[in-house]
Amino acid sequence: MQTVKMVITGPFSAGKTQFISSVSEIDVVTTERKISSDAERVKEETTVAMDFGRITVDDDLVLYLFGTPGQRRFDFMWEILAEGMLGFVVLIDSVRPETFREAKHILEVFRGYAETPYVVAANKQDLPDAWSPEDLRIALKIDKNIKVLPCVARDKESVKNVLLELLYSILERMQNEEA
Amino acid sequence: MALKGNLRDFNTSQLLNLINLAHKTGKLTIDGHDSQGVVLYFKDGRLIRASQGSDSKKLTDILVQAGKLSPDQAHAVNSRVPSNTDRAIGRYLLEHRLISRDDIIQGVKDYMLNIVYDLFTWKEGNFVFEQDVLPDGDKLVIPLNLDNVILEGSRRIQESEKLYEELPDLGSIALKITDKPLKDVKLTQDDWRVISHIHPRNTVKQIAQNTNMDEFQIRKIVYGMLQAGLVELVRPDGFVDRRQTPAYERRERRGVGQTPAEKRSVVTKLIERIKRI
Ligand SMILES: Nc1nc2c(ncn2[C@@H]2O[C@H](COP(=O)(O)OP(=O)(O)OP(=O)(O)O)[C@@H](O)[C@H]2O)c(=O)[nH]1
Ligand SMILES: [Mg+2]
Repeated sequence: MQTVKMVITGPFSAGKTQFISSVSEIDVVTTERKISSDAERVKEETTVAMDFGRITVDDDLVLYLFGTPGQRRFDFMWEILAEGMLGFVVLIDSVRPETFREAKHILEVFRGYAETPYVVAANKQDLPDAWSPEDLRIALKIDKNIKVLPCVARDKESVKNVLLELLYSILERMQNEEA
Repeated sequence: MALKGNLRDFNTSQLLNLINLAHKTGKLTIDGHDSQGVVLYFKDGRLIRASQGSDSKKLTDILVQAGKLSPDQAHAVNSRVPSNTDRAIGRYLLEHRLISRDDIIQGVKDYMLNIVYDLFTWKEGNFVFEQDVLPDGDKLVIPLNLDNVILEGSRRIQESEKLYEELPDLGSIALKITDKPLKDVKLTQDDWRVISHIHPRNTVKQIAQNTNMDEFQIRKIVYGMLQAGLVELVRPDGFVDRRQTPAYERRERRGVGQTPAEKRSVVTKLIERIKRI
């Protein structure tokens, strides 16, 4: 049986756990716990090691979705999670510009791990203060060849769309490399 | 779609750059921290009006602040022009030959630029951009190209901290000139010296050595040109990212035994499956 893996990364509280939960066929194995530090208390729980979701294709093929932990002190997990990934999604919290610099940093680090395709997902587009994907592209200086997609991680269709766009990019890359 | 934030996280040059590149039209309000708040208006990515303190400043007040009218003159004009609109005041000033048309324009321009340049030194302040909101119809607007504003404004940034964040390691980055036309912007001699040394093989550090600039100087110049979108950062030719090789090799090893067609079929299967979720 073959397993393939995609990584969902992004700053603290960007919606990574939510994103994976919306499409995973198993309850996301998340290693969350209550947040202790006051500075990071914008929500109740955070992922400490990783999130883990699964989508079975058939008897021979399974897709795993890995979500990276949000807090900086778990950065050492990143490279381990990145190993062998087919592609990755960088989730942005579109309502919190204070996290954009961090998002860009994460993007660059993951790009350094492997030359796999990736997409940027502008999450929380359902909120009125969300920055638009076009503005985020400029703000984060995202290359014009990289997709910046609108996303609402709570909405399954929206998450499907992001994953599909990533897969289309992967397919396109394969075709270009063969040509 | 809102554009809200704080200059702490997204600074003035980044903000103006965004408005410039996205050709935005609307009203940008920035709350002052140590000084009075600022309101800027943009049309199709150009700055058309700026004010500080009050958004409803009269043309006479602006010209006084720009040193083009004396307070006494302004007072006299204000009492004689009942409607107080920019248009009425302008007409009165011209008819009575108190000031030339060029001086009005220059005065308003100086007033706008002073406000905006000062913004580049602000370290914080909440901002909000309201799409498609324009100044009242009677206001005098003067469209200014933001490229130049950003270039000049970025030079006012004195904190080396910001510059270091943006350009951490000068030895591992090179510059590339973007396809933005250089002729429309006002470059200084130092800018040109740097531009003339841009080459895929030259790191920014080498450019600094070639042009006899210290790190702070070159950082400031590169930062300005970067913010104005004139150059972009690239990896110098022949630069090997140490982290990249092992991860890539590992990936290759995993793929051993799979033909391109097989790999593609895996991706196609995934696509079909996800569509069905
Ligand atoms: N309105 C809205 N809220 C969202 C969306 N996605 C996630 N959230 C909320 O944002 C908060 C953070 O979501 P999580 O999924 O925990 O984020 P995370 O990236 O896993 O966070 P860490 O693991 O702590 O880094 C939660 O309160 C979610 O309910 C969205 O699309 N829209
Ligand atoms: Mg999480």
